[in-house]
Amino acid sequence: MELTTLHYLVVAAALFIIGTIGVLTRRNVVVILMSIELILNAVNLNLVAFSRLYNGLHGQIFALFIVVDAAAEAAIGLGILIAFFRNRETVNADEIDLLRW
Amino acid sequence: MSMAVALLAAEAGAGQTMTPVATGFFFYLLSALAIISAILVITRRNPVHCALSLIVTLLSLASLFLMLYAPFVAGVQIMVYAGGIMVLFLFVIMLVNLERALKEEQFNKQWLAGVAVALGLGALFFVVYRNGQNLFPGTPLELPEAQNTQQIGLGLYQNYLLPFEIASLLLLVAIVGAVVMAKKRS
Repeated sequence: MELTTLHYLVVAAALFIIGTIGVLTRRNVVVILMSIELILNAVNLNLVAFSRLYNGLHGQIFALFIVVDAAAEAAIGLGILIAFFRNRETVNADEIDLLRW
Repeated sequence: MSMAVALLAAEAGAGQTMTPVATGFFFYLLSALAIISAILVITRRNPVHCALSLIVTLLSLASLFLMLYAPFVAGVQIMVYAGGIMVLFLFVIMLVNLERALKEEQFNKQWLAGVAVALGLGALFFVVYRNGQNLFPGTPLELPEAQNTQQIGLGLYQNYLLPFEIASLLLLVAIVGAVVMAKKRS
């Protein structure tokens, strides 16, 4: 059984599509942020697989930067969510329709 | 007797690099685990269950990174994602958890857009991967696994020094922003 890069790319594509569906169809903002994490992880898997294919470390280093980005994004997004929840008592994305109130 | 044979084999193999065993089995097991728990993430009603499924996805992805000879990225994945980000998620879920929210509809009316985008992306990936098959030959197997962390550290501090510093600045801004936004306004 010979594993190729394509195997990993297909798994990453499946995770990416699942994450996209989650972002588009869920109402809970926390779950939407989790789906974004899924998308970022799919990209990470792609980067590490290509890094293995081309025998370098650039892909792995880029994957580390994406992890840093994901941490910053989660912190900011959840901070916004807490601030919003304090005002409106809801976490549903389709009820967040005002810029100020 | 069999133990002695195993010991002999281990001694004979100690000098050379270990060859991976049953990679196909582990690959399919881990990817099935990752994809099934990813589907659970976007379908469960309770956000805590979503977070736990996401942790399973992240851990199996970390194992896939190990299979790709990227131990440092796998360790970072476990420590930062499963240890840091998911704890943040669980705290926020506990802060904003509502009994009422669990009884509400969990999906919005955009399922048509979701299906369309999924089909479009699936077709795109299919076409690209089928036409690009000669771009992705079988994986080469030579990589100095033992010095992976050292190589990544050298790369981060030499070639990628500026992005590294920018990342630290980004984290600082994110910390300050999160504190400012989550603070109670008097």
